[in-house]
Amino acid sequence: MDVSWYLVLSAMLFAIGATGVLIRRSPIVILLCLELMLNAGNLALLAFARSLGDQDGQIFALVVMVVAACEVVIGLGLIVAMFRRRLPLNVDEMRGLKG
Amino acid sequence: MAEVVFFIAGLGAIAGAIGTIALRNPFYSVLALVGHLLALAALFLLLRAEFVAAAQVVVYAGAVMVLYVFVAAYVGDIEEPIWEPIPGQRLLAPLLALALFVELSIAILGTALTSLDSEGPLIDETFGSPASIGELFLEKFLIAFEVSSLLLLVAAVGAIVLAGRRRPTSKAARTEAREAERLV
Repeated sequence: MDVSWYLVLSAMLFAIGATGVLIRRSPIVILLCLELMLNAGNLALLAFARSLGDQDGQIFALVVMVVAACEVVIGLGLIVAMFRRRLPLNVDEMRGLKG
Repeated sequence: MAEVVFFIAGLGAIAGAIGTIALRNPFYSVLALVGHLLALAALFLLLRAEFVAAAQVVVYAGAVMVLYVFVAAYVGDIEEPIWEPIPGQRLLAPLLALALFVELSIAILGTALTSLDSEGPLIDETFGSPASIGELFLEKFLIAFEVSSLLLLVAAVGAIVLAGRRRPTSKAARTEAREAERLV
């Protein structure tokens, strides 16, 4: 399999994730779509690592996974805090900081 | 053989991604994402990244998704209104994504990097194995390793501060909290 197949697949997954961020309103699903985009980036990193025969890209992918885990923890903490304060779980209605 | 596995896993990944963004119930979205992550782990194995694939299954599809499932069950069903703040956003967004995909594909397929049109160079058996990844982490990328551990610690503390139930300790703080609750 040529490496470019993996890159095109990763571009497609990234585009699907971007669509999800734009069309969904629920913060949980938006976090899930961010995961989709980060994983598409990971797939591209691993494909480049394979095409160059260099393992540094795999280290980068693991660091991306760590950052994604941190982002999930903070995001879900925010969602739980919003739910406890009975705020609407809808990103369009959370516009208190909008100028 | 690699082609068959690639197409099965690739279709699984795309189906999981579409399920994640299209299913109405967040709970089912999380389950679709688990399927997507497992299909991606198969692709990672094809790219000879065995340690990353194992971490993907154990850390992502295992631990992180359990967190999502708990929060989705705790928060419950979220009604998504039909009302749109930007008119036509639901129609324009897929068009934008399509344009993004076409642009990225042009960039990938039109690149002068000839190594992308091959399977990649011959690599020895230790490529992507836990031993060589660990060696890289502890020798070449030690600072990145330490910084990511610090980042995980900060994220854990942040999550406790954000989501933890605050118990006012002193009497003054307790009356203050009651006052604040009355105002809300």
